[in-house]
Amino acid sequence: MELDATDLALLAALRDGLPLVPEPYRVLGESVGLGEAETLARLKALQDAQVVKRFGVVVRHHELGYEANAMAVWDVPDAAIDRLGENLAKDKAVTLCYRRRRALPDWPYNLFCMIHGKSADWVKGELARLAEQHGLAAYPGAVLFSTKRYKQRGAWVGRGATEAA
Amino acid sequence: MDATDRAIINALQGGFPLCERPYAAAAADLGLAESDLIARLERLLADKVLTRFGPLFNADAMGGGFLLAAMKIPPADFERVTELVNAHPEVAHNYAREHAFNMWFVLGAEKPERIEQTIAAIEAETGYPVHRMPKLDEFFIDARFAA
Repeated sequence: MELDATDLALLAALRDGLPLVPEPYRVLGESVGLGEAETLARLKALQDAQVVKRFGVVVRHHELGYEANAMAVWDVPDAAIDRLGENLAKDKAVTLCYRRRRALPDWPYNLFCMIHGKSADWVKGELARLAEQHGLAAYPGAVLFSTKRYKQRGAWVGRGATEAA
Repeated sequence: MDATDRAIINALQGGFPLCERPYAAAAADLGLAESDLIARLERLLADKVLTRFGPLFNADAMGGGFLLAAMKIPPADFERVTELVNAHPEVAHNYAREHAFNMWFVLGAEKPERIEQTIAAIEAETGYPVHRMPKLDEFFIDARFAA
């Protein structure tokens, strides 16, 4: 989807969230000079094109008790990665799933997923199940638990965009 | 947080309606009044249970540049390097992880060339290489966290 200047203004106005008023889209539209109907139509198009993945609550994992997070990675053949990634993404334990470029020679892994849980033991158990269930145990892999979060702040377009980088 | 707060968080992680009175529509599904839902969302934001109410953006579609990067830092030098890395406004989401690659952060900038400039600065300041882990594909998930 090609974003025009009005779309970008709308996204910038949404950076901090939707107004908490009975007619939020009318108020949002007014702030960028759009009527309510056009605002709704543009937001629907942005959502259909996955520029905005979804509207709703964006939770802080820690405050909900999701204190354990692990990044699990595997080195899988390029020919198999789409199927494996799509299967992982459908698994209820997985919160993010990406294919990334390998950083050779030190980092051979190309399939990344994140798992958040209320305890490290739960996350470990789910990882073992995932690897077994999705046929990943056959590939070289690693699990990286986070030990400390130093900074959780959006750069540039705000708290929205870097979550998904 | 009470049971109603939990129900709101669980129900509204996606699919908030695009219509003229979306809070009224969502509140009706939860058996709440529109004003009650709005007041509870305000409180959950004030209490920092929620980061934001509204859109979850797709970084790739926003333009600009984003990159996941990792570094291997000897433990004795970790704190010094953390301070140098975090001092850059382009750095977000810096996590320590248990691995030889023990520092993981996201770089974000409106102008993509700024990412490479920041990496060069971090390498010069810290004396360690920054490993780039660019995203090639995202397997989409409707992320849900049960409250």
